[in-house]
Amino acid sequence: MAPSTLSAALLIARKDLAIEFRTRTAFFSALVFALLGIVIFFFAWDPTAVSSLDLAPGVLWGIFTFSGLLGLQRSFSLEQSDRAIDSLLGAPISRESIYLGKAIANLVFVAAVQLIAIPAVQLFYGVSLLDHAALLGLIALMAAIGLVAVGTLFSAMAVNTKLAEMLLPVLSLPFFVPIVIPAAQATARLLSGRPASESVGWLKLLLAFDIVFVVACMLAFPYTIEE
Amino acid sequence: MTTPTVPASADDTSSAQRSGIDWLFAISVIMIAVALTRVIYYTPFEAVQGPAQKIFYLHLPAALCAFTAFGVVALAGIGYLWLGDLRLDRAAESSAEVGVVFTTVVLVTGPIWARPVWGTWWTWDARLTLTLFLWFIFVGYIVLRGAIEDRALRARYSAVLGILGSLLIPFIHLSVYLFRTLHPRPIVIKPSAPSLPPEMLTTLIISFVAFFLFYLALVRQRYRLANERDLLELEEGR
Repeated sequence: MAPSTLSAALLIARKDLAIEFRTRTAFFSALVFALLGIVIFFFAWDPTAVSSLDLAPGVLWGIFTFSGLLGLQRSFSLEQSDRAIDSLLGAPISRESIYLGKAIANLVFVAAVQLIAIPAVQLFYGVSLLDHAALLGLIALMAAIGLVAVGTLFSAMAVNTKLAEMLLPVLSLPFFVPIVIPAAQATARLLSGRPASESVGWLKLLLAFDIVFVVACMLAFPYTIEE
Repeated sequence: MTTPTVPASADDTSSAQRSGIDWLFAISVIMIAVALTRVIYYTPFEAVQGPAQKIFYLHLPAALCAFTAFGVVALAGIGYLWLGDLRLDRAAESSAEVGVVFTTVVLVTGPIWARPVWGTWWTWDARLTLTLFLWFIFVGYIVLRGAIEDRALRARYSAVLGILGSLLIPFIHLSVYLFRTLHPRPIVIKPSAPSLPPEMLTTLIISFVAFFLFYLALVRQRYRLANERDLLELEEGR
Protein backbone atom coordinates (compact mmCIF):
# COMPACT_ATOMS: atom_id res chain seq x y z
CA MET A 1 0.00 0.00 0.00
CA ALA A 2 1.34 3.38 -0.95
CA PRO A 3 2.04 5.58 2.07
CA SER A 4 -0.08 8.33 0.53
CA THR A 5 -3.13 6.06 0.59
CA LEU A 6 -2.67 5.38 4.27
CA SER A 7 -1.93 8.96 5.24
CA ALA A 8 -4.94 10.20 3.27
CA ALA A 9 -7.05 7.55 4.98
CA LEU A 10 -5.84 8.66 8.40
CA LEU A 11 -6.65 12.25 7.50
CA ILE A 12 -10.21 11.32 6.57
CA ALA A 13 -10.57 9.22 9.71
CA ARG A 14 -9.34 12.16 11.79
CA LYS A 15 -11.82 14.48 10.10
CA ASP A 16 -14.72 12.10 10.79
CA LEU A 17 -13.67 11.56 14.37
CA ALA A 18 -13.23 15.30 14.91
CA ILE A 19 -16.79 15.89 13.70
CA GLU A 20 -18.01 13.11 15.96
CA PHE A 21 -16.00 14.36 18.91
CA ARG A 22 -17.44 17.87 18.58
CA THR A 23 -21.06 16.83 18.12
CA ARG A 24 -21.05 13.48 19.95
CA THR A 25 -24.63 12.88 18.79
CA ALA A 26 -24.06 9.50 17.18
CA PHE A 27 -21.76 8.23 19.90
CA PHE A 28 -24.15 9.08 22.69
CA SER A 29 -27.15 7.67 20.91
CA ALA A 30 -25.26 4.45 20.14
CA LEU A 31 -24.07 4.24 23.72
CA VAL A 32 -27.49 4.87 25.25
CA PHE A 33 -28.94 2.39 22.78
CA ALA A 34 -26.37 -0.22 23.88
CA LEU A 35 -27.04 0.36 27.57
CA LEU A 36 -30.80 0.24 27.05
CA GLY A 37 -30.40 -2.96 25.07
CA ILE A 38 -28.37 -4.54 27.87
CA VAL A 39 -31.10 -3.65 30.37
CA ILE A 40 -34.02 -4.74 28.17
CA PHE A 41 -32.40 -8.06 27.31
CA PHE A 42 -32.00 -8.78 31.01
CA PHE A 43 -35.74 -8.49 31.56
CA ALA A 44 -36.59 -10.42 28.41
CA TRP A 45 -35.38 -13.64 30.06
CA ASP A 46 -36.36 -15.36 33.25
CA PRO A 47 -33.19 -15.02 35.37
CA THR A 48 -34.13 -18.11 37.40
CA ALA A 49 -34.33 -20.24 34.25
CA VAL A 50 -31.38 -18.88 32.26
CA SER A 51 -28.20 -18.00 34.11
CA SER A 52 -26.67 -14.66 33.23
CA LEU A 53 -23.46 -16.52 32.40
CA ASP A 54 -25.30 -18.12 29.47
CA LEU A 55 -27.04 -14.91 28.56
CA ALA A 56 -24.17 -12.41 28.66
CA PRO A 57 -22.23 -13.40 25.50
CA GLY A 58 -25.34 -13.34 23.35
CA VAL A 59 -26.47 -10.01 24.76
CA LEU A 60 -23.02 -8.52 24.32
CA TRP A 61 -22.79 -9.47 20.65
CA GLY A 62 -26.39 -8.72 19.84
CA ILE A 63 -25.95 -5.25 21.27
CA PHE A 64 -22.65 -4.60 19.47
CA THR A 65 -24.18 -5.54 16.16
CA PHE A 66 -27.11 -3.19 16.47
CA SER A 67 -25.29 -0.26 18.06
CA GLY A 68 -22.59 -0.64 15.41
CA LEU A 69 -25.28 -0.14 12.78
CA LEU A 70 -26.18 3.19 14.37
CA GLY A 71 -22.66 4.45 13.92
CA LEU A 72 -22.30 3.06 10.41
CA GLN A 73 -25.48 4.75 9.23
CA ARG A 74 -23.93 8.09 9.98
CA SER A 75 -20.67 7.39 8.19
CA PHE A 76 -21.76 8.45 4.72
CA SER A 77 -24.93 10.40 5.44
CA LEU A 78 -22.49 12.83 7.08
CA GLU A 79 -21.09 13.56 3.62
CA GLN A 80 -24.50 14.09 2.04
CA SER A 81 -25.08 17.51 3.62
CA ASP A 82 -23.85 20.23 1.26
CA ARG A 83 -22.73 17.39 -1.02
CA ALA A 84 -19.46 17.21 0.90
CA ILE A 85 -18.90 13.86 -0.77
CA ASP A 86 -18.23 15.67 -4.07
CA SER A 87 -15.25 17.52 -2.62
CA LEU A 88 -14.03 14.30 -1.07
CA LEU A 89 -14.22 12.60 -4.47
CA GLY A 90 -12.63 15.58 -6.16
CA ALA A 91 -9.63 15.43 -3.86
CA PRO A 92 -6.48 13.93 -5.40
CA ILE A 93 -6.66 10.79 -3.32
CA SER A 94 -7.52 7.22 -4.23
CA ARG A 95 -11.00 5.79 -3.71
CA GLU A 96 -9.48 3.11 -1.51
CA SER A 97 -8.16 5.72 0.90
CA ILE A 98 -11.67 7.17 1.29
CA TYR A 99 -12.98 3.73 2.14
CA LEU A 100 -10.11 3.00 4.48
CA GLY A 101 -10.45 6.36 6.25
CA LYS A 102 -14.17 5.88 6.75
CA ALA A 103 -13.59 2.34 7.98
CA ILE A 104 -10.92 3.42 10.47
CA ALA A 105 -13.21 6.11 11.89
CA ASN A 106 -16.03 3.58 12.19
CA LEU A 107 -13.69 1.09 13.85
CA VAL A 108 -12.76 3.66 16.50
CA PHE A 109 -16.45 4.39 16.97
CA VAL A 110 -17.42 0.74 17.43
CA ALA A 111 -14.43 0.08 19.69
CA ALA A 112 -15.37 3.05 21.88
CA VAL A 113 -18.90 1.71 22.30
CA GLN A 114 -17.48 -1.73 23.13
CA LEU A 115 -15.12 -0.22 25.67
CA ILE A 116 -18.07 1.06 27.69
CA ALA A 117 -20.56 -1.71 26.94
CA ILE A 118 -18.29 -4.56 28.11
CA PRO A 119 -17.89 -3.19 31.66
CA ALA A 120 -21.61 -2.42 31.64
CA VAL A 121 -22.44 -6.06 30.87
CA GLN A 122 -20.03 -7.12 33.62
CA LEU A 123 -21.77 -4.78 36.04
CA PHE A 124 -25.37 -5.59 35.15
CA TYR A 125 -24.99 -9.33 34.58
CA GLY A 126 -22.46 -10.02 37.30
CA VAL A 127 -20.12 -11.95 34.98
CA SER A 128 -16.34 -11.64 35.05
CA LEU A 129 -15.68 -10.43 31.52
CA LEU A 130 -12.76 -8.19 32.48
CA ASP A 131 -10.78 -11.12 33.92
CA HIS A 132 -10.19 -12.16 30.34
CA ALA A 133 -9.57 -8.64 29.08
CA ALA A 134 -6.72 -9.51 26.68
CA LEU A 135 -8.47 -12.34 24.85
CA LEU A 136 -11.85 -10.65 24.93
CA GLY A 137 -10.23 -7.51 23.51
CA LEU A 138 -8.77 -9.58 20.68
CA ILE A 139 -12.16 -11.16 19.88
CA ALA A 140 -13.86 -7.77 20.04
CA LEU A 141 -11.30 -6.18 17.74
CA MET A 142 -11.47 -8.97 15.17
CA ALA A 143 -15.25 -8.89 15.18
CA ALA A 144 -15.30 -5.11 14.93
CA ILE A 145 -12.99 -5.17 11.89
CA GLY A 146 -15.31 -7.54 10.03
CA LEU A 147 -18.40 -5.58 11.06
CA VAL A 148 -16.91 -2.29 9.97
CA ALA A 149 -15.46 -3.60 6.70
CA VAL A 150 -18.86 -4.73 5.44
CA GLY A 151 -20.86 -2.01 7.16
CA THR A 152 -18.82 0.86 5.73
CA LEU A 153 -19.33 -0.40 2.19
CA PHE A 154 -23.08 -0.87 2.64
CA SER A 155 -23.33 2.51 4.33
CA ALA A 156 -21.82 4.09 1.21
CA MET A 157 -24.38 2.24 -0.91
CA ALA A 158 -27.39 2.87 1.33
CA VAL A 159 -27.13 6.68 1.28
CA ASN A 160 -27.58 6.71 -2.49
CA THR A 161 -30.83 4.76 -2.36
CA LYS A 162 -34.40 5.87 -1.77
CA LEU A 163 -34.60 3.91 1.46
CA ALA A 164 -31.36 5.37 2.84
CA GLU A 165 -30.77 4.25 6.45
CA MET A 166 -33.57 1.71 6.34
CA LEU A 167 -31.65 -0.38 3.85
CA LEU A 168 -28.45 -0.72 5.89
CA PRO A 169 -29.71 -3.36 8.36
CA VAL A 170 -31.38 -5.39 5.60
CA LEU A 171 -28.11 -5.55 3.67
CA SER A 172 -25.70 -5.83 6.61
CA LEU A 173 -27.29 -8.23 9.06
CA PRO A 174 -26.89 -11.42 6.97
CA PHE A 175 -23.21 -10.51 6.71
CA PHE A 176 -22.92 -10.05 10.47
CA VAL A 177 -24.02 -13.62 11.19
CA PRO A 178 -20.61 -15.25 10.57
CA ILE A 179 -19.13 -12.56 12.86
CA VAL A 180 -21.61 -12.80 15.70
CA ILE A 181 -21.61 -16.61 15.90
CA PRO A 182 -17.83 -17.02 16.34
CA ALA A 183 -17.53 -13.98 18.61
CA ALA A 184 -20.39 -15.04 20.90
CA GLN A 185 -19.18 -18.65 20.98
CA ALA A 186 -15.61 -17.67 21.82
CA THR A 187 -16.85 -15.27 24.51
CA ALA A 188 -19.05 -17.97 26.02
CA ARG A 189 -16.06 -20.31 26.22
CA LEU A 190 -13.98 -17.62 27.89
CA LEU A 191 -16.67 -16.98 30.48
CA SER A 192 -17.20 -20.62 31.36
CA GLY A 193 -13.47 -20.92 32.00
CA ARG A 194 -12.69 -23.28 29.13
CA PRO A 195 -9.10 -23.32 27.82
CA ALA A 196 -8.39 -20.72 25.15
CA SER A 197 -7.41 -23.47 22.70
CA GLU A 198 -11.09 -24.34 22.34
CA SER A 199 -11.75 -20.96 20.77
CA VAL A 200 -8.95 -21.17 18.21
CA GLY A 201 -11.29 -22.50 15.51
CA TRP A 202 -13.67 -19.60 16.02
CA LEU A 203 -10.86 -17.05 15.97
CA LYS A 204 -9.55 -18.51 12.73
CA LEU A 205 -12.99 -18.14 11.22
CA LEU A 206 -13.12 -14.49 12.32
CA LEU A 207 -9.66 -13.85 10.92
CA ALA A 208 -10.57 -15.41 7.59
CA PHE A 209 -13.74 -13.33 7.42
CA ASP A 210 -11.78 -10.15 8.17
CA ILE A 211 -9.18 -10.82 5.50
CA VAL A 212 -11.67 -11.79 2.79
CA PHE A 213 -14.11 -8.96 3.41
CA VAL A 214 -11.61 -6.16 4.02
CA VAL A 215 -10.02 -6.98 0.67
CA ALA A 216 -13.31 -7.58 -1.17
CA CYS A 217 -14.98 -4.45 0.18
CA MET A 218 -11.97 -2.28 -0.59
CA LEU A 219 -11.99 -3.58 -4.16
CA ALA A 220 -15.74 -3.11 -4.46
CA PHE A 221 -15.85 0.37 -2.95
CA PRO A 222 -14.91 2.35 -6.10
CA TYR A 223 -18.00 0.87 -7.79
CA THR A 224 -20.32 2.14 -5.08
CA ILE A 225 -19.51 5.82 -5.61
CA GLU A 226 -21.96 7.91 -7.54
CA GLU A 227 -19.84 9.82 -10.00
CA MET B 1 -36.74 5.96 -33.46
CA THR B 2 -33.44 5.00 -34.99
CA THR B 3 -31.16 7.74 -33.82
CA PRO B 4 -27.72 6.18 -33.93
CA THR B 5 -26.39 8.42 -31.14
CA VAL B 6 -28.48 6.76 -28.45
CA PRO B 7 -26.52 3.93 -26.88
CA ALA B 8 -28.29 0.63 -27.35
CA SER B 9 -28.58 -0.40 -23.75
CA ALA B 10 -31.65 -2.54 -24.36
CA ASP B 11 -32.17 -5.10 -27.10
CA ASP B 12 -34.86 -3.92 -29.49
CA THR B 13 -34.88 -7.17 -31.39
CA SER B 14 -37.01 -10.27 -31.60
CA SER B 15 -40.26 -8.53 -30.67
CA ALA B 16 -41.95 -10.63 -33.36
CA GLN B 17 -40.98 -13.94 -31.80
CA ARG B 18 -42.30 -12.75 -28.44
CA SER B 19 -45.87 -13.16 -29.58
CA GLY B 20 -47.31 -16.66 -29.60
CA ILE B 21 -46.51 -19.57 -27.35
CA ASP B 22 -43.38 -19.63 -25.22
CA TRP B 23 -42.30 -23.15 -26.13
CA LEU B 24 -39.70 -23.49 -23.43
CA PHE B 25 -42.28 -22.54 -20.84
CA ALA B 26 -44.88 -24.91 -22.28
CA ILE B 27 -42.45 -27.82 -22.43
CA SER B 28 -41.24 -27.25 -18.87
CA VAL B 29 -44.80 -27.13 -17.52
CA ILE B 30 -45.67 -30.36 -19.32
CA MET B 31 -42.46 -31.92 -17.99
CA ILE B 32 -43.37 -30.93 -14.45
CA ALA B 33 -46.83 -32.44 -14.89
CA VAL B 34 -45.23 -35.66 -16.14
CA ALA B 35 -42.76 -35.67 -13.25
CA LEU B 36 -45.46 -35.09 -10.65
CA THR B 37 -47.65 -37.81 -12.14
CA ARG B 38 -44.73 -40.19 -11.92
CA VAL B 39 -44.00 -39.09 -8.35
CA ILE B 40 -47.58 -39.68 -7.24
CA TYR B 41 -48.58 -42.83 -9.16
CA TYR B 42 -45.52 -44.63 -10.47
CA THR B 43 -42.87 -44.26 -7.80
CA PRO B 44 -42.83 -46.60 -4.79
CA PHE B 45 -42.97 -45.40 -1.19
CA GLU B 46 -39.72 -45.22 0.69
CA ALA B 47 -39.72 -47.98 3.33
CA VAL B 48 -38.94 -45.87 6.40
CA GLN B 49 -40.17 -42.38 5.57
CA GLY B 50 -43.31 -43.39 3.70
CA PRO B 51 -45.17 -40.85 1.57
CA ALA B 52 -43.32 -37.89 3.15
CA GLN B 53 -40.21 -38.82 1.19
CA LYS B 54 -41.95 -37.99 -2.09
CA ILE B 55 -41.62 -34.29 -1.41
CA PHE B 56 -37.95 -34.72 -2.20
CA TYR B 57 -38.74 -34.92 -5.89
CA LEU B 58 -39.80 -31.27 -5.52
CA HIS B 59 -37.38 -30.22 -2.82
CA LEU B 60 -34.09 -31.32 -4.37
CA PRO B 61 -34.70 -29.94 -7.87
CA ALA B 62 -35.94 -26.65 -6.39
CA ALA B 63 -32.79 -26.45 -4.26
CA LEU B 64 -30.63 -27.10 -7.30
CA CYS B 65 -32.37 -24.29 -9.18
CA ALA B 66 -32.08 -21.93 -6.20
CA PHE B 67 -28.33 -22.45 -5.95
CA THR B 68 -27.92 -22.18 -9.71
CA ALA B 69 -29.87 -18.92 -9.62
CA PHE B 70 -27.56 -17.58 -6.96
CA GLY B 71 -24.49 -18.62 -8.93
CA VAL B 72 -25.84 -16.83 -12.00
CA VAL B 73 -26.41 -13.64 -9.96
CA ALA B 74 -22.83 -13.68 -8.68
CA LEU B 75 -21.24 -14.52 -12.04
CA ALA B 76 -23.36 -11.99 -13.90
CA GLY B 77 -22.35 -9.44 -11.25
CA ILE B 78 -18.65 -10.07 -11.84
CA GLY B 79 -19.29 -9.94 -15.59
CA TYR B 80 -21.15 -6.65 -15.31
CA LEU B 81 -18.46 -4.91 -13.27
CA TRP B 82 -15.91 -6.15 -15.76
CA LEU B 83 -17.69 -5.51 -19.08
CA GLY B 84 -20.38 -3.00 -18.12
CA ASP B 85 -22.93 -4.79 -20.28
CA LEU B 86 -26.48 -4.14 -19.06
CA ARG B 87 -27.63 -7.45 -20.50
CA LEU B 88 -25.66 -9.17 -17.74
CA ASP B 89 -27.39 -7.02 -15.15
CA ARG B 90 -30.77 -7.96 -16.55
CA ALA B 91 -29.78 -11.62 -16.38
CA ALA B 92 -28.78 -11.17 -12.73
CA GLU B 93 -32.02 -9.37 -11.94
CA SER B 94 -34.11 -12.09 -13.57
CA SER B 95 -32.19 -14.92 -11.96
CA ALA B 96 -32.43 -13.32 -8.51
CA GLU B 97 -36.20 -12.96 -8.68
CA VAL B 98 -36.72 -16.50 -9.93
CA GLY B 99 -34.20 -17.64 -7.32
CA VAL B 100 -36.33 -16.22 -4.52
CA VAL B 101 -39.28 -18.26 -5.76
CA PHE B 102 -37.27 -21.49 -5.81
CA THR B 103 -35.64 -20.77 -2.45
CA THR B 104 -39.11 -20.20 -1.01
CA VAL B 105 -40.21 -23.57 -2.44
CA VAL B 106 -37.20 -25.20 -0.75
CA LEU B 107 -37.94 -23.51 2.57
CA VAL B 108 -41.61 -24.48 2.45
CA THR B 109 -41.22 -28.09 1.33
CA GLY B 110 -38.33 -28.76 3.74
CA PRO B 111 -40.30 -28.30 6.98
CA ILE B 112 -43.30 -30.21 5.54
CA TRP B 113 -40.98 -33.18 5.12
CA ALA B 114 -39.07 -32.58 8.35
CA ARG B 115 -42.17 -32.58 10.56
CA PRO B 116 -43.02 -36.30 10.12
CA VAL B 117 -39.45 -37.51 9.56
CA TRP B 118 -37.29 -35.46 11.92
CA GLY B 119 -40.19 -34.73 14.27
CA THR B 120 -39.75 -30.98 14.07
CA TRP B 121 -40.66 -28.25 11.60
CA TRP B 122 -37.39 -26.47 11.90
CA THR B 123 -33.88 -27.33 13.02
CA TRP B 124 -30.74 -25.23 12.75
CA ASP B 125 -29.08 -27.73 10.51
CA ALA B 126 -26.20 -26.29 8.50
CA ARG B 127 -27.80 -26.74 5.10
CA LEU B 128 -31.16 -25.45 6.29
CA THR B 129 -29.67 -22.33 7.79
CA LEU B 130 -27.66 -21.75 4.66
CA THR B 131 -30.80 -21.86 2.54
CA LEU B 132 -32.53 -19.44 4.89
CA PHE B 133 -29.69 -16.97 4.52
CA LEU B 134 -29.64 -17.47 0.78
CA TRP B 135 -33.24 -16.32 0.89
CA PHE B 136 -32.37 -13.30 3.07
CA ILE B 137 -29.60 -12.22 0.70
CA PHE B 138 -31.85 -12.66 -2.34
CA VAL B 139 -34.59 -10.58 -0.74
CA GLY B 140 -32.09 -7.91 0.30
CA TYR B 141 -30.86 -7.89 -3.28
CA ILE B 142 -34.35 -7.27 -4.63
CA VAL B 143 -35.07 -4.59 -2.01
CA LEU B 144 -31.81 -2.88 -2.99
CA ARG B 145 -32.73 -2.94 -6.67
CA GLY B 146 -36.12 -1.43 -5.94
CA ALA B 147 -34.56 1.41 -3.98
CA ILE B 148 -32.33 2.83 -6.74
CA GLU B 149 -33.62 5.00 -9.57
CA ASP B 150 -30.47 5.41 -11.60
CA ARG B 151 -30.08 2.50 -14.01
CA ALA B 152 -26.27 2.26 -14.04
CA LEU B 153 -26.01 2.74 -10.30
CA ARG B 154 -28.61 0.04 -9.70
CA ALA B 155 -26.64 -2.35 -11.88
CA ARG B 156 -23.36 -1.61 -10.11
CA TYR B 157 -24.76 -1.87 -6.59
CA SER B 158 -26.57 -5.11 -7.31
CA ALA B 159 -23.41 -6.55 -8.83
CA VAL B 160 -21.45 -5.65 -5.70
CA LEU B 161 -24.09 -7.20 -3.43
CA GLY B 162 -24.33 -10.32 -5.58
CA ILE B 163 -20.58 -10.87 -5.46
CA LEU B 164 -20.27 -10.20 -1.72
CA GLY B 165 -23.23 -12.49 -1.12
CA SER B 166 -21.47 -15.34 -2.88
CA LEU B 167 -18.40 -14.72 -0.69
CA LEU B 168 -20.61 -14.80 2.39
CA ILE B 169 -22.16 -18.21 1.70
CA PRO B 170 -19.09 -20.31 2.66
CA PHE B 171 -18.66 -18.31 5.86
CA ILE B 172 -22.25 -18.83 6.93
CA HIS B 173 -21.98 -22.51 6.13
CA LEU B 174 -18.77 -22.86 8.10
CA SER B 175 -19.94 -20.92 11.15
CA VAL B 176 -23.27 -22.73 11.33
CA TYR B 177 -21.55 -26.06 10.78
CA LEU B 178 -19.08 -25.41 13.60
CA PHE B 179 -21.95 -24.20 15.77
CA ARG B 180 -23.83 -27.42 15.20
CA THR B 181 -20.96 -29.83 15.65
CA LEU B 182 -19.93 -28.24 18.93
CA HIS B 183 -23.48 -28.50 20.23
CA PRO B 184 -24.70 -31.85 18.92
CA ARG B 185 -28.46 -32.37 18.92
CA PRO B 186 -29.77 -35.65 20.33
CA ILE B 187 -31.11 -37.43 17.25
CA VAL B 188 -31.30 -36.01 13.81
CA ILE B 189 -31.82 -38.55 11.12
CA LYS B 190 -29.61 -37.40 8.32
CA PRO B 191 -31.09 -37.85 4.87
CA SER B 192 -28.09 -39.66 3.53
CA ALA B 193 -28.66 -40.67 -0.03
CA PRO B 194 -27.90 -44.35 -0.52
CA SER B 195 -28.23 -46.06 -3.86
CA LEU B 196 -31.76 -45.23 -4.95
CA PRO B 197 -33.91 -47.89 -6.57
CA PRO B 198 -34.12 -47.32 -10.33
CA GLU B 199 -37.77 -46.13 -10.29
CA MET B 200 -36.96 -43.42 -7.77
CA LEU B 201 -33.82 -42.38 -9.59
CA THR B 202 -35.66 -42.03 -12.88
CA THR B 203 -38.36 -39.93 -11.24
CA LEU B 204 -35.74 -37.75 -9.60
CA ILE B 205 -33.88 -37.20 -12.87
CA ILE B 206 -37.11 -36.30 -14.67
CA SER B 207 -37.92 -33.84 -11.86
CA PHE B 208 -34.47 -32.31 -12.08
CA VAL B 209 -34.76 -31.77 -15.81
CA ALA B 210 -38.32 -30.44 -15.51
CA PHE B 211 -37.44 -27.97 -12.79
CA PHE B 212 -34.32 -26.80 -14.53
CA LEU B 213 -36.22 -26.15 -17.75
CA PHE B 214 -38.85 -24.34 -15.71
CA TYR B 215 -36.12 -22.20 -14.14
CA LEU B 216 -34.72 -21.36 -17.55
CA ALA B 217 -38.19 -20.54 -18.90
CA LEU B 218 -38.98 -18.25 -15.99
CA VAL B 219 -35.64 -16.47 -16.21
CA ARG B 220 -36.14 -16.01 -19.94
CA GLN B 221 -39.59 -14.51 -19.39
CA ARG B 222 -38.31 -12.28 -16.62
CA TYR B 223 -35.36 -11.20 -18.76
CA ARG B 224 -37.74 -10.11 -21.51
CA LEU B 225 -39.70 -8.07 -19.01
CA ALA B 226 -36.50 -6.43 -17.77
CA ASN B 227 -35.55 -5.72 -21.35
CA GLU B 228 -38.91 -4.11 -22.13
CA ARG B 229 -38.65 -1.99 -19.01
CA ASP B 230 -35.20 -0.76 -19.96
CA LEU B 231 -36.47 0.04 -23.45
CA LEU B 232 -39.35 1.98 -21.97
CA GLU B 233 -37.03 3.91 -19.69
CA LEU B 234 -34.85 4.69 -22.67
CA GLU B 235 -37.85 5.95 -24.68
CA GLU B 236 -39.07 8.08 -21.81
CA GLY B 237 -35.60 9.47 -21.27
CA ARG B 238 -35.46 10.76 -24.82
